[in-house]
Amino acid sequence: MNRYSIFTLARNALGGHRGWQAAWRSPEPKRRYDVVIVGGGGHGLATAYYLAREHGITNVAVLEKGWIGGGNTGRNTTIVRSNYLWDEATHLYEKSLKLWEGLSQELNYNVMFSQRGVLNLGHTLQDMRDIERRVNANRLNGVDGEVLTTVQVKAMVPIINDSAHARYPILGASLQRRGGTARHDAVAWGFARGADSRGVDIIQNCEVTGIRRDGGRVTGVDTSRGFIEADRVGVVAAGHCGVLASMAGIRLPIESHPLQALVSEPIKPVLDTVVMSNAVHGYISQADKGDLVIGAGIDAYVGYGQRGSFSTIEGTLAAIVELFPTFSRVRMNRQWAGIVDVSPDACPIIGLTPVKGLYFNCGWGTGGFKATPGSGWVFAHTIARGVPHELNASFSLERFATGRLIDEHGAAAVAH
Amino acid sequence: MLMIACPWCGPREQTEFAYGGEAHIARPADPDAVDDAQWADYLFMRTNPKGCHREQWNHAFGCRRWFNVERDTLSYRITSVYKPGERPAEPAA
Repeated sequence: MNRYSIFTLARNALGGHRGWQAAWRSPEPKRRYDVVIVGGGGHGLATAYYLAREHGITNVAVLEKGWIGGGNTGRNTTIVRSNYLWDEATHLYEKSLKLWEGLSQELNYNVMFSQRGVLNLGHTLQDMRDIERRVNANRLNGVDGEVLTTVQVKAMVPIINDSAHARYPILGASLQRRGGTARHDAVAWGFARGADSRGVDIIQNCEVTGIRRDGGRVTGVDTSRGFIEADRVGVVAAGHCGVLASMAGIRLPIESHPLQALVSEPIKPVLDTVVMSNAVHGYISQADKGDLVIGAGIDAYVGYGQRGSFSTIEGTLAAIVELFPTFSRVRMNRQWAGIVDVSPDACPIIGLTPVKGLYFNCGWGTGGFKATPGSGWVFAHTIARGVPHELNASFSLERFATGRLIDEHGAAAVAH
Repeated sequence: MLMIACPWCGPREQTEFAYGGEAHIARPADPDAVDDAQWADYLFMRTNPKGCHREQWNHAFGCRRWFNVERDTLSYRITSVYKPGERPAEPAA
């Protein structure tokens, strides 16, 4: 692997930039692997990376039906935070945030992680009570959090509409200063490069069409490039997890919905933090190259079409313009949707299945990007050891039968 | 944006309707007779198909009545609309 540094940059500059190597190989799939990961998004690539890095399992293939990072990894609004309410979720997301804090160094790849802070606005007295409860819960769990007044919000974000006469006036906010944004493509590319350099085969344009089993054990996967044998298969396929589960005869408490986002034309720097609002529903940040990045809620219906309804965008933009009247004349450049796997309690399902050797990591819904490194970390442990890590033990499929749900709809901050 | 033909009011824009999830999920007749796994299946598990899906819609800003829609979840094309208690006009593809 070509290690990136100021010296390699200088050396390649002198060589006219003709000496750079591809960041990862594109090998033909082997007939057999120890572990096959289905899904080459951030979570799948992180899983493969930590399987090699932490557990020494390198005979691993990541199968991706499109191109890596072309699904939800490249379609989210890049927000990273860990201010969830319940202990189980907080510890999982906080593990992930801690990994984010060292990720560029760890991967020798600039993921442009920017801890610019995340504001969650409160518009009603009940919003503020919920915010205080969540911030206190975070602090008890060792996660940073502050409650801001309207004046403090206005000082941080001068362009925000702090009028007391607004339809939904801003009464305050929670602030997690360690939260922020990252470059989503770079996360996928960095993990891909790191996994590849440790021997993992990344196989793109390879769609899984069947999961073969023998006596309740997984034996491999049928793909568009032939059968691949494996003792252990980890499925991290977000919106398509239900399609893959049905191949193995498993029913999931998941429904797939389009989640829309859009970016504006680039404008001068006006917003140096992330602003989210549950009540009016909008979340917004400004990318380093100047575009406003705006996220909507999910479309209510089940959909795999990677597009949603215009009325959903209209509702979100109405909220954004209410919060930031100055954005009313900004033109939008692009708009798209990703297919998110929504679970009943807005928490993921990470663990074993009734089929031996088959593991699922799904149900991240609208909030998976922030969890990319942590998800890979715990899923790699689960696959390597055959038992969940203590951080994901509570996120089993069985919780829907026992009733131990982890209700994070409030902290998920996206309308479901 | 979908155009949905309410079986009582005719074709209207999607914004008049509320989505009601997967159709034809029957509550177990005797809840005491099923185990936790069966109850969880009724309560939480969904078919979530990529393709033909039968689902409930409510004409919330219209006649406020419930009905069923058969829709392709990839193309979003509606293939059938039918009233509660009825079966879809043509068999699912």
